[in-house]
Amino acid sequence: MIEILTSHALNTIQDLGRIGARRFGVSTSGAMDPVALAAGNALLGNDSTAASIEVQTFPFRLRFGADIAFALTGVDCNAVLAGCAVPPWWCMRAKAGDILALGFPRHGARAYLTFEGGIDLPRVLGSRSTHIRAGFGGLDGRALREGDIVPISHTRREAAARFDFGAEPPEVAIAGARASEDGVFRVRVLRAGEYDLFSDAMQATFWSTTWKISFQSDRGGYRLAGAKLTLPAPVEMRSHGVVAGVVQVPPAGEPIIQMSDANTAGGYPKIAAVIQADLWRLGQAPPGSLIVFSEVDYREAVAAMTPVNDYIAGLRATADLFRAL
Amino acid sequence: MSINHPTAPFVGAPEKDPNISLIGTLAMLVEAPGDFDLVQQGRIWALAEVFSSWPNVQEAVIGVTNVMLAFEQPPEDIGALSASIIELWHRLPGRDANGKLIEIPVVYGGEYGFDLPAVAARAGLSGREVVRIHSEGEYTVCAVASSPGFGYLHGLDPRIFMPRKSVPSLNMRAGSVTIGGMQTGVAALSSPNGWNAIGWAAVPMFDPRSDQPSLMAPGDRVKFRIDRIEL
Repeated sequence: MIEILTSHALNTIQDLGRIGARRFGVSTSGAMDPVALAAGNALLGNDSTAASIEVQTFPFRLRFGADIAFALTGVDCNAVLAGCAVPPWWCMRAKAGDILALGFPRHGARAYLTFEGGIDLPRVLGSRSTHIRAGFGGLDGRALREGDIVPISHTRREAAARFDFGAEPPEVAIAGARASEDGVFRVRVLRAGEYDLFSDAMQATFWSTTWKISFQSDRGGYRLAGAKLTLPAPVEMRSHGVVAGVVQVPPAGEPIIQMSDANTAGGYPKIAAVIQADLWRLGQAPPGSLIVFSEVDYREAVAAMTPVNDYIAGLRATADLFRAL
Repeated sequence: MSINHPTAPFVGAPEKDPNISLIGTLAMLVEAPGDFDLVQQGRIWALAEVFSSWPNVQEAVIGVTNVMLAFEQPPEDIGALSASIIELWHRLPGRDANGKLIEIPVVYGGEYGFDLPAVAARAGLSGREVVRIHSEGEYTVCAVASSPGFGYLHGLDPRIFMPRKSVPSLNMRAGSVTIGGMQTGVAALSSPNGWNAIGWAAVPMFDPRSDQPSLMAPGDRVKFRIDRIEL
């Protein structure tokens, strides 16, 4: 097990999300940066469904209650284990009693802690992700706090497995994944259902604006500031299913990108949807970040996932070899 | 940005096609043509049932006269998929609202029905009349969406329609019986809520540990019974 020593608001247990329960009105939840989560599990040789601790408020500290191998992926947060620096995107074995401390990140938003064997909490509706609003999943359906004990599975596959190696972060390994030099993220989108209802001028504004992710943004959604997108006449939409990445435009005109904890249904006009290959990058964009949208077509959107899938598959294969050395 | 062309004539059929659009590469929204009615909603239920058995469909998420398909992987041929959906729409018989009957005892008014006076004032009725009209209705669960176990109920008497609030009530209690526009429902979670609370029900609407976590399912019928009135 591990014991949480320091945790401020909103650090939660998340896996790849609660799939298949939208029809009961249950949002998927799940890691905001699923690539970092997948990389952590790949480094450790865990099942890809294993859950992580998603840390989005820092500093964060925990104590290991046993010898446990762990991986730290996602944002670089100057982590220290028992007095020694832990490089980003790294896995190593902690000893019972060791304290792991995550400091403040310089760029990015979220760090992921995965543990060999996985976090041993029950699945609720098929997932260990914390659904904060409904109060289930994760640890008692709530954010972690000081004194919490998080059980780690005892199933060690390879007692002699070697840890202490790392991965190339995806923003380095995948071409075009890094923010541009001026710090602006290029986010690729597909047009969505109501795109054509916006005037040519409004469409042009959507593409040309450098949008700022406002400070009223969280795991539920990112509110954008920078321009107002208005329709010639208000559009009454009937409530319908939405998924993470959809860019909706409420009557006030400032778009909202729905993220992991978004409601299952929405009713605002949809101008675009962020492609799957860029959602994890958006998950690492803290409030205050600047983004521009660029349009891709369906084929390009699908093809953009190939380097992401290849990255994770390659990492898993390499890590399997390393551990066996 | 519709994939098909809903305005193009459909040879041999007087009826319009559903509108089909993508939300990214992993979701597709199918919207019934025409105004809201229970017939179209029943066709959506039938469609969703068939979709759920299709390969690559993670789930079919029912909305109000629409259904969203969530995919395991991006479909290879969007055009062919849309064509099959349109063909199915025109061929498939709708489903009746033949689900279970759910009876919900309600404490109307009082501490948790704090918007009852406003609903009555807007309707030009007494609080007691609003309660009578609401409790005499028989409602149909169109969709379960938005928050866990929340059913969008159709069948509200137009006399007690009440627009959603522009500023949500900050902490509405789970179990609040609410009116939002032309729909009514029972809040499943305590959370900010823009609907108008007219009462409270003790019946749990959602249990995440159950195989059937939501009490309400699309096609179910709901009756509200007066447990108590606190004016």
